[in-house]
Amino acid sequence: MEKCYLMTAVVLLGLTVRWTVSLNSYSGAGKPPMFGDYEAQRHWQEITINLPIKQWYFNGSDNNLQYWGLDYPPLTAYHSLLCAYVAKFINPDWIALHTSRGYESQAHKLFMRATVLIADLLIYIPAVVLYCCCLKEISTKKKIANALCILLYPGLILIDYGHFQYNSVSLGFALWGVLGVSYDWDLLGSLAFCLAINYKQMELYHSLPFFCFLLGKCFKKGLKGKGLVLLIKLACTVVASFILCWLPFLTEREQTLQVLRRLFPVDRGLFEDKVANIWCTFSVFLKIRDILPHHIQIMISFCFTFLSLLPACIKLTLHPSPKGFKFTLVSCALSFFLFSFQVHEKSILLVSLPVCLVLREIPFMSTWFLLVSTFSMLPLLLKDELLMPSVVTVMAFFIACATSFSIFEKTSEEDLQLKSFSISVRKYFPCFTFLPRIIQHLFLISVITMVLLTLMIVTLDPPQKLPDLFSVLVCFVSCLNFLFFLVYFNIIIMWDSKNGRNQKKIN
Amino acid sequence: MAALGAATGGGSWFSALALGVTLLKCLLIPTYHSTDFEVHRNWLAITHSLPISQWYYEATSEWTLDYPPFFAWFEYALSHVAKYFDQEMLNVRNLNYSSSRTLLFQRFSVIFTDTLFVYAVHECCKCIDGKKAGKELTEKPKFILSVLLLWNFGLLIVDHIHFQYNGFLSGLMLLSIARLFQKRHMEGAFLFAVLLHFKHIYLYVAPAYGVYLLRSYCFTANKPDGSIRWNSFSFLRLISLGLIVFLVSALSLGPFLALNQLPQVFSRLFPFKRGLCHAYWAPNFWALYSALDKVLSIIGLELKLLDPSKIPRASMTSGLVQQFQHTVLPSVTPLATLICTLIAILPSIFCLWFKPQGPRGFLRCLILCALSSFMFGWHVHEKAILLAVLPMSLLSVGKAGDASIFLILTTTGHYSLFPLLFTAPELPIKILLMLLFTIYSISSLKTLFRKEKPLFNWMETFYLLGLGPLEVFCEFVFPFTSWKLKYPFIPLLLTSVYCAVGITHAWFKLYVSVLTDPPVGKTKKQ
Repeated sequence: MEKCYLMTAVVLLGLTVRWTVSLNSYSGAGKPPMFGDYEAQRHWQEITINLPIKQWYFNGSDNNLQYWGLDYPPLTAYHSLLCAYVAKFINPDWIALHTSRGYESQAHKLFMRATVLIADLLIYIPAVVLYCCCLKEISTKKKIANALCILLYPGLILIDYGHFQYNSVSLGFALWGVLGVSYDWDLLGSLAFCLAINYKQMELYHSLPFFCFLLGKCFKKGLKGKGLVLLIKLACTVVASFILCWLPFLTEREQTLQVLRRLFPVDRGLFEDKVANIWCTFSVFLKIRDILPHHIQIMISFCFTFLSLLPACIKLTLHPSPKGFKFTLVSCALSFFLFSFQVHEKSILLVSLPVCLVLREIPFMSTWFLLVSTFSMLPLLLKDELLMPSVVTVMAFFIACATSFSIFEKTSEEDLQLKSFSISVRKYFPCFTFLPRIIQHLFLISVITMVLLTLMIVTLDPPQKLPDLFSVLVCFVSCLNFLFFLVYFNIIIMWDSKNGRNQKKIN
Repeated sequence: MAALGAATGGGSWFSALALGVTLLKCLLIPTYHSTDFEVHRNWLAITHSLPISQWYYEATSEWTLDYPPFFAWFEYALSHVAKYFDQEMLNVRNLNYSSSRTLLFQRFSVIFTDTLFVYAVHECCKCIDGKKAGKELTEKPKFILSVLLLWNFGLLIVDHIHFQYNGFLSGLMLLSIARLFQKRHMEGAFLFAVLLHFKHIYLYVAPAYGVYLLRSYCFTANKPDGSIRWNSFSFLRLISLGLIVFLVSALSLGPFLALNQLPQVFSRLFPFKRGLCHAYWAPNFWALYSALDKVLSIIGLELKLLDPSKIPRASMTSGLVQQFQHTVLPSVTPLATLICTLIAILPSIFCLWFKPQGPRGFLRCLILCALSSFMFGWHVHEKAILLAVLPMSLLSVGKAGDASIFLILTTTGHYSLFPLLFTAPELPIKILLMLLFTIYSISSLKTLFRKEKPLFNWMETFYLLGLGPLEVFCEFVFPFTSWKLKYPFIPLLLTSVYCAVGITHAWFKLYVSVLTDPPVGKTKKQ
C-alpha cells in the first residue's frame, strides 16, 4: 500500500494522544481508604503473584474480597499476573502482600500507564488498522480517515488512559472476533471472541450477535452438510478455548462456582451509581430498586432485554451478512446497556466499539452516538479530574469526523440508511419527507443540551437539597438519546435486507 | 447546519490541521516544563509590579530580563490578563511559584499567541507555488507545507513542553518572509524590525534582510544579464525603509535612552560572560571542536604527553553555564566566534548581491545566515536550530535538492533537541512525536518528488538510520551500564557530536547548492 506512511502517522498520532491523556490523574488518586480502579488493578497484581491460584477468588486472611476482590474472568487474572512479574522485577514494593495497599508514586503510575499502552498497542490498535485496511469499496484515503476517527474515539481513551482500565484488551479481542467471522475465518474469529469473554464478562453483550451470525452461516450452508460440520467445529473451538482459560479452576466444583459467583454478583442490585440506562432514569420518578423484590427486578430486566434484542437477532439468523452483523452488534449491546441487570456507565464502550465499525456507513449518526456516549460518562470523568483532556479529545474527535466524512453533508435519507424505511412509511403517509430535517434538528438540540449541561456542571454548584442533580440530568439526557438510537438502529436492521432485495430486483 | 457544513467540510483542511495541533498543544499542558517557565513568570512579575526604569535592573531572581523591550511590553500586556488567573504569580519575590492556575495561564498564553504563527503559515502557503503534483489533497505542496510548519516537532516540544514563546516569534518571521514574497517590502521590513525588538537572536538573519532589501527593493531595475543597474537606485525607498527601522527602534529603545539606561539594557541583552557552549552542547562546529579537544586530551594523558595537574578539572558538560578552557587546542574567544560567523555568512551575502534570484534567493540566504551563525556562534542554544528549520520548510516543497537538505537538517536538528526533555513521562511523547513528524516529512516529500532521483544517497540514509540506535543506546542501554556514574556526560556528548555531523553536512550541502546554482533568469519570468 503506497499510503502506508499516512496510516503509520495516524497510529502514531493515536498513541501520542493516548500517552498525553495518561499524564493526567487516574481514578481514586490519593483517596484512601478505597482508592479506585487504578488501585483495583494494582491490587489484583498483588493478589495473583502472592497467592496460589486456588485462593484468587476466595475470601481469606490474605485476600479480602471486600477490598477490590478479583471479579473478572481468568484471563484478566493471568494478565495481572504477567504485569506483576514485570512489576516485581522493577520494584517489589509495588506488589508486596498487604504492605503495598494504596501504593502510589510517579514511577508506579508510569509503569501502570505503560502496561495499558502496551496492551493497547498489541491488541486493539492492530485490529483497528487491519479492520480499516480490509474495508471494501472505498479509497485508501478514506480508510486512513476511518482509522483516525476510530483511534481518536475519546470514550475509550479517557476510560483506559485517564480513569484506568484495560478495556482495549477485551474490545480488541472482540474486534479481532468481528474481523474473523466477517471474513470467513470463523474458527479464529470465535476463538478471539472467546478470549474477549474470558477477559471481561461484559463482552457477553456481544455474544448473541456472534452466536446468531455464526448459526445463520451454518443454516445457510445447509444443516445436513457443510453447515453441520462448521457448527461442530465452532462448538469444539468455543468449548476448547473456554476449558483452556478455565483449566486451573475446573479441578473442583466449588472453585468454578465461586468464580462464577464473583463474575455475576446478582445480589448487587439493579444498577449502581448513576448510569444512563432505563432503570436508573426511571427510578428518578419511581424507586423501583426499593419497591420491587429482588428476583422480580431480575425477571423484569431479563424480559425487557430479551424482547428488545429478539427482532434483530432473528433477522440476523435468517439473513446473515457482515453488514447486518455489525448493526446487530450495536443494537444488542445497546439493549443490554439500557435494560439489563447491574450495568456500569463504562459499559457504554461495548456499544461504542461496534458503532465505530459502522462509522463509514452512517457517519453522521455514528459521530452523534459516539459524542453522546462520551458525554454519558461525564460525571465519572469529572470525578477523576479529567475535564480538560475530555473536552480536548472530544473536540479533536469531532473535528476528525467532521473533516474526514464531511458529516453535515451526509444527512439525506440515503446517507442515513433510512431510504427503504421512509418509502414504506410513505405508502401510508405520503407526506413523510421531513425525516432528515427532523434528525438534523434533533442532533442540534442534543448537542446544545450536552454543551449546556457540561457548562452547568463545570461552573455551577448543585443545590444542597439535590446534590446529584447534574449527574441525574446527564443520565436522563443520555438515556433519551440512547433510546432514540436503539429505535434508529433497529429500524435500519429491520429494513436493511428489504432494501437489498429491492436492489436485486432492479438489477 | 449548512453553514456548519461549509465551515467544517470541503476545503477546510487547513483549519482542521490548525485546530488539531492546537488541541494537541492543550493535551501537552500537564507535561514537564523547564526553568524557562519560571523565567517567563518572573518577567511577568517584573513588568507588572515594577516601573519601567527598574525592568532591566531588577535582579531578585537569577532569571533577569534579557530580551529586548518589545518582549518586555509583551509580558506586560500578558500580565494584565494574568492577574485574573492568579495575582500571586505577579509577585517578584514569589520565586518558583507555579500554582495550577499559573500553569494554565502560561500554557494558554503560548497556545493563544500561536494564532499569529497559524496566520503566518496560512500566508506562506499562499505565496509558495511548489511543485505541481497529483490532484490528491495529501500530495499538494500546500498541504505538505502546512503540516511541516504547523506540526513542527521542534516548536511543539520547545514551546509547549519545555516552555518558550518561539511560536509567535517564528510567526512574525514567516509573515515578514511571506510579505517579501508578495512584494509588500515595506510591510516585511516593518515586521522584521518589530521582530528584532522582540528577540535579538534574529539579528543573525538581519544581513540577509538588509542586503536583499537594498539590492532588490532600493534598486528598481537590473541590466538584462542580471547585474546591477546603478542609476536605478531609489532614494525614496531607502529613506522610507530607514525611517521604518528607525521609528520601530525609537519606539522600543527610546524610553530607555531617555532614562539613560541603554548600556544596562545592552549588557543584559548580550551577556558575553557566558561560556562558548551552552550547558548542553548545541550540535555545531564548536561541539566538534571541543570533542576533538577532549579526545586529544585523553590521548595525551594516555601517552603521558600532557601533565595531568595542568588540566582544568571543570568539565564542559557539568551542567553549569561557565567559562571553559580547552586543554590541547587553543581556547576560543567571543571575538573569534564573531569573526568565524562573519566569514561564514559573507559568501551567501555576496551571492545575494551579485546573483539575485528574487525572494527564493533571499530565503536561501536567510537560512544560510541562520545556519552559519548556529554553526559558529558564541553560546548557541540547541533551540536556535528552529531559526533555520522553519524557513527551510518553505524551500523543501519546491525542489528535490532542497527537500533532501531540509530532511537531513530537520531530522538531526530535531533529534538534537531530545536532551531538552529528560524526564521519563515525556520520553514516549518525544519519541512518538519525533517519529510522527519524521516519518511524515520523509514520506510525503518522497511522494512529492517520486519522479526525480532519490532524496538521499546511501551514506545519508545510513546516517539518518543511525539516529535510532543512538537513541536506544543513550536512553535505554546507557543508564543500565556501569559508565553511568563514571562518565555521565557520554549520552549528551554522543548526541551533540553525532548531530553536529549531520547539521554540518546539511549546511555544507546548502552552501554548495547556493554557490553553484546557475543564475537562471527566473526573476525575469516574474
